[in-house]
Amino acid sequence: MGMQIAFWALALIIIAGALSVVLLRNVFRAGLALIVSLIGIAGIFITLSADFLAIVQVLIYVGGISVLVLLSILLTRNLPQGSPANKMRLPAFLVAALFLGVVIYSIINTSFPISSSAPLEPTTANIGLLLIDQNGWVFPLEIAGVLLLAAILGAVVMAREK
Amino acid sequence: MEIGLNHYLILSAVLFAIGLYGALSKKNLITILMCIEIMLNAVNISMVAFSRYIVPALLTGQIFAIFIIIVAAAEAAVGLAILISVYRNRQTVQSDKIDLMKW
Repeated sequence: MGMQIAFWALALIIIAGALSVVLLRNVFRAGLALIVSLIGIAGIFITLSADFLAIVQVLIYVGGISVLVLLSILLTRNLPQGSPANKMRLPAFLVAALFLGVVIYSIINTSFPISSSAPLEPTTANIGLLLIDQNGWVFPLEIAGVLLLAAILGAVVMAREK
Repeated sequence: MEIGLNHYLILSAVLFAIGLYGALSKKNLITILMCIEIMLNAVNISMVAFSRYIVPALLTGQIFAIFIIIVAAAEAAVGLAILISVYRNRQTVQSDKIDLMKW
């Protein structure tokens, strides 16, 4: 019962936040709504017993990316224009609605092989072992480090005053 | 009704559709980037839901989600740096005004 209340409340928060990002004209308020939505997603991870990912979500999305987004909004703010829709608003809506319909149709008509065993908890130690394990994800992990280094250097070069 | 895999997948699909609509229909580059973040998060929800309900002991979906978060962080840093650079050169972040390379 508690699970259901948590899921529906979090789903409501997430959808409301995402809709505000799309519908609000004030870009700064849209950024704040994005933060609400991201915190809700961290809660959804907790209901899926992914405790490590929930903390990562809060640290990286709520603590890092949102701050970056809000900072760029403040640096490039032109309030009178806000965030208007372009000419393709109706086709975009139709594409999104069509996508949603197709995906929900295929979700409902697929029978997934749901396992009844209990989830692993806590997950942090196992994720760490999997990431470092030779037969696991150590190569992607190293590539991710290189990617982050390249991204940081690229961002510094791009945003620097000439 | 018990909360199952389908609930999470449909939540993820709805979130992805909202992000898709925003990314296709908005003019402001920052809003487009925020919508892309929403879409990445929607994918993360479905990854973790599959991991929880189909292979609860393997954590594969959670590892995928961690890599998605890494790539999203890199994407946000580079994207916003490009955006600030564009704003410095052209004093606008509206996608229809950035038409230097438009034929």
